[in-house]
Amino acid sequence: MPELVITVARFGFLILLWIFVFTVVGVIRRDLFAGARSGRLVAAPRTVGASTGQATAKPAKVKRGRAAHQLVVTAGQLAGTRITLGEAQITIGRAEDSTLVITDDYASARHARLVPRDGQWFVEDLGSTNGTYLDRAKVTGPTPVPLGVPIRIGRTSLELRP
Amino acid sequence: MTAPATPASSPATAGERPGVRMARSRRNAELSLLLLAMALVAAYGAMVEANVLDTVTPGFWVPAATLTAVFLGMHLVIRFLAPFADPALLPAVALLNGLGVGFLRRLDLANAAPEERADLAIFAGIGGRQLAWTLISVVLAAGLLALMRDHRSISRYAYTLGLAGIVLVMLPAVLPASISEINGAKLWVRIGSFSIQPGEFAKLALLVFFAYYLVRKREVLSLASHRFLGIDFPRGRDLGPVLVVWVISLLVLVFEKDLGTSLLYFGMFVATVYIATERVSWLLIGLVLFFGGAYLAYVLGEAVGGPFANFYLRAEIWLDPFAEPYDDGYQLVQGLLALGSGGLFGAGPGGGQPLLLPEVQNDFIFAGIGEEIGLFGLSALLVIYLLIVERGLRAALAVRDSFGKLLAGGLAFTLALQVFVIVGGISKLIPLTGQTTPFLSAGGSSLMANWLLIAVLLRVSDAGRRPVDGAGGKVTRPSGPPEQLHGAPTEVIKP
Repeated sequence: MPELVITVARFGFLILLWIFVFTVVGVIRRDLFAGARSGRLVAAPRTVGASTGQATAKPAKVKRGRAAHQLVVTAGQLAGTRITLGEAQITIGRAEDSTLVITDDYASARHARLVPRDGQWFVEDLGSTNGTYLDRAKVTGPTPVPLGVPIRIGRTSLELRP
Repeated sequence: MTAPATPASSPATAGERPGVRMARSRRNAELSLLLLAMALVAAYGAMVEANVLDTVTPGFWVPAATLTAVFLGMHLVIRFLAPFADPALLPAVALLNGLGVGFLRRLDLANAAPEERADLAIFAGIGGRQLAWTLISVVLAAGLLALMRDHRSISRYAYTLGLAGIVLVMLPAVLPASISEINGAKLWVRIGSFSIQPGEFAKLALLVFFAYYLVRKREVLSLASHRFLGIDFPRGRDLGPVLVVWVISLLVLVFEKDLGTSLLYFGMFVATVYIATERVSWLLIGLVLFFGGAYLAYVLGEAVGGPFANFYLRAEIWLDPFAEPYDDGYQLVQGLLALGSGGLFGAGPGGGQPLLLPEVQNDFIFAGIGEEIGLFGLSALLVIYLLIVERGLRAALAVRDSFGKLLAGGLAFTLALQVFVIVGGISKLIPLTGQTTPFLSAGGSSLMANWLLIAVLLRVSDAGRRPVDGAGGKVTRPSGPPEQLHGAPTEVIKP
């Protein structure tokens, strides 16, 4: 075998090896960097949550029109938990079969549910003992939930995020 | 007005939403990556023959083609049984396994008499045996995927597996040395010419048990604590299980004379406890216990010898391998020289002198390959390991139940730790211990156990990436998972 062929093949092999590595990275790139974004989503509530009172009105207006893709727990025992929203309704309560099981002394077994309708999520109280609040207002019927407005159930607070 | 619970929009619009787009099965990406990996393995085989035989025989492609057929079979199994599994796992593992077979075949070529070299049978020598083991391992992995339709179903056998794991760990220690000792480490069970390393399977069994145990105990371990120096430390009585595992791993160190295995079990346990509780204090306790124990073994080995002498010798070699370069330090020195003479780009596949390295087919395969593909190629292999581990951890993040999270996270961490222990050993970062390099080293036990590990990761990643509402259509939901383990179908991603 000529020396040149072997040398070319040697470096060609190494380059091909790295091409494989980068192709794998390319295939999984979306997942690879998704972590950074979702990490921020969870870290944010701590600072946002403190100033919820004055901050909510403004972002809600700005974000209107964007679809909600995540339900994030901002306060309470499950703070930091998030649920990726799909097409199915989300049930919240202490019952084991709820989508979001909250261990909150002030929550009922089947407390509330979130239902999507034409891209808008509605919160609905399921006859809970202590009530569900959207920001400060008590939820009586199905109420549309804007992005970033806290839903309060007992000590737990939830928000929709894009 | 009660809004309908059924999906309001059609599947066509569902496909446009980012959350649902992730749920594509991506099997075709896996197929093309797999073919690229197999092209690399074939190219490696051709270059080995060009370098060793000075010509490329017409049959150079046969081992690569056999491997391709085996892995394509696995790909088809995944396509039908775990359609949403991670697309990067199989090709990455297949490449490592293929290069391992290629390198072992290269050793056979170097070992064979010159006139036999040109027509080396495909299943001959250690390379051929590794090829056969690959076939068996992949069939086993496919069988596990077929049997285990839901990863939660193995939690039913958690206590059985835990017991089996402990028996497998302890077996080589209690057997007489004539059956269990090879090169000073009592890790094997030899029956005739056939030897298996039960510890490789023990780590899988133990991890299932750890994950199950910690899912049930995580509340106690993470909530009850007192604060000291700004870190939450667990209560004394909750330390019990950790201390038990610590004592067992120290016993392994003493009676099986193997630091790597002991580090592997203990690290595995501490990592799963950390994943379960998110308490840094467990990592601190684990590190202090392990380093304290290892240092104690070193001091005892110097003072009294006996069961600690082997560890003391290893540590001495690590501290100064060039003290006795032709005696105790020979293996490590040869490994370092091989890596050094490989340099940045290596001598080319088939161009090195791997036969100078003792145990080049097992422990030192990374040094042997490193001599031929250099730092440039070795770092590619390490990145591939990193990607496999990253996919495992990602599967742990994506799956919804706590048991799956702990299982996948623990398995991925174990793989990473094993690579660290052996690569750290041959590059003189830590004392050398006889671990196998996952997927590369010759040996059926290691290959089988690691392929089973990958099968579990594939299953967990399939569960994690599968669309929740069954938008995949033809996917049937697995039946009868144990109820108590999927109590919280949420994604906790606190960093």
